[in-house]
Amino acid sequence: MNLKRAFRVWQRNATVYKKLYRSSLTLNFFEPMLYLVALGYGLGGFIKEIMGMTYIEFIAPGIVMSSAMFAACYECTYGTYVRMVYQKTFDAVLATPISFSELVLGELLWGTTKSLIYGTIIILVISLFGLIKSYFAIFLIPLIILCGLIFASLSLIATAIVPGIDSFNYFYTLVLTPIFLFSGIFFPVEDMPEVVVKLSQINPLVHFVNISRAFSYGKITQTLIYDLTIVIVYLIVLLPLPFILLKRRYLL
Amino acid sequence: MSIVVGKNLTKYYKKFKALDSVSFEIKEGECFGFLGPNGAGKTTLMGMIYGFILPSEGEIKIFDITLNDKNLPQIKKRIGVIPQDNNLDPDLSVLENLIVYARYFDVPKKKALKRATELLKFIKLEQWSNINVRKLSGGMQRKLIFARGLINDPDIIILDEPTTGLDPRSRRQIWDKIEFLKHSGKTLILTTHYMEEAEKLCDRLAIMDKGKILIIDTPKNLSDKFGGNLEHVYLNMTEG
Repeated sequence: MNLKRAFRVWQRNATVYKKLYRSSLTLNFFEPMLYLVALGYGLGGFIKEIMGMTYIEFIAPGIVMSSAMFAACYECTYGTYVRMVYQKTFDAVLATPISFSELVLGELLWGTTKSLIYGTIIILVISLFGLIKSYFAIFLIPLIILCGLIFASLSLIATAIVPGIDSFNYFYTLVLTPIFLFSGIFFPVEDMPEVVVKLSQINPLVHFVNISRAFSYGKITQTLIYDLTIVIVYLIVLLPLPFILLKRRYLL
Repeated sequence: MSIVVGKNLTKYYKKFKALDSVSFEIKEGECFGFLGPNGAGKTTLMGMIYGFILPSEGEIKIFDITLNDKNLPQIKKRIGVIPQDNNLDPDLSVLENLIVYARYFDVPKKKALKRATELLKFIKLEQWSNINVRKLSGGMQRKLIFARGLINDPDIIILDEPTTGLDPRSRRQIWDKIEFLKHSGKTLILTTHYMEEAEKLCDRLAIMDKGKILIIDTPKNLSDKFGGNLEHVYLNMTEG
């Protein structure tokens, strides 16, 4: 595998994005802002304090991670699927020296880049709200990249197995929405029934939210090692799968 | 010298045999045509030549290099593909389509721009260069796909049904361009189901049906041997 050729695929997506970013940037940015304002201030008015923080302080670091997650997911489900099936971009690329694995890597890195773009914007916004209180917050950047890689991989796996574009609804409703709602962004999952607590331990976003909260407020504890280990295990397990599964779907 | 050699190429899709032990040799600088009805295995064979479809059995050598995962990039660097489907980038302009494609071949930026400008002149689309490709007519899009396949200045050019679905005028324009490439010493590999096209452009022809090559010869020899014009030969040999 040649990184430069994978970069060419990334570069193609970046070229298209540069032309169209105005419309998508505002939209993708709008949704997390809605959560932050509507829940942070709206619901926050009824919640005095949660784990020693105001409600908006509690949810803001999690919103950074969920934005990063959704950015990679949209890109590597709908975006990749359209390029693969409708626009036949994959066909065009594969007629050049770029190999299938390089193509997949390019898509994966592009999805991760989208996470980085949207995650970083949310960090900037919440720091304007005064919600970033520690220099450790700088580590949110590599954390977003890790989150992007994991969810880009997961989404490419979905893209490799869906029979058609409408089937992504299942992925969003049955996989991503529960991951998002039970991630500990909006309420601590530890207070839920035991089944939910146990299930939440296999939810990768839970761990990203824990780490993000710790970095944002500089509360570095030993449990971070546990959270980091889990997400790294996720990365190692998920990363090879898009290459295998997409190849199986695509190459004849 | 043979520039492409296929030996006993076989391809199964599940149990269906799309190609059945096909062998052929294509000489440097010739225009070699694969002629046959829909489903004869032409597109599968083309896909194998540019490494997109893996043979179930058999071997292909291009530029005297055995085609495998490791050698694929260096071979593909010297091949231009003009596919049957429109797979232009719909979000990009005419010029951007060529520039982005040139990057896949690692053509340096300046050189890519120069080459793209020349190619747009060659296909007479230079005044459209900043227009989004969606706004082009079908014929213009085909011409752009044609130009895109030449962006890396390839030694072998694969044309998969280059004029299918074109009006007579656009078709003639494409033929002129193909003639031009032929005279500039490129090796051309063409699939078609148009008799006229095969007769006009190809030095040698392979007639295919049901995954097999039935015969390989020059268009003239074929019609001499079997009497009548090429259309007779084709209709007699294939069952469609």
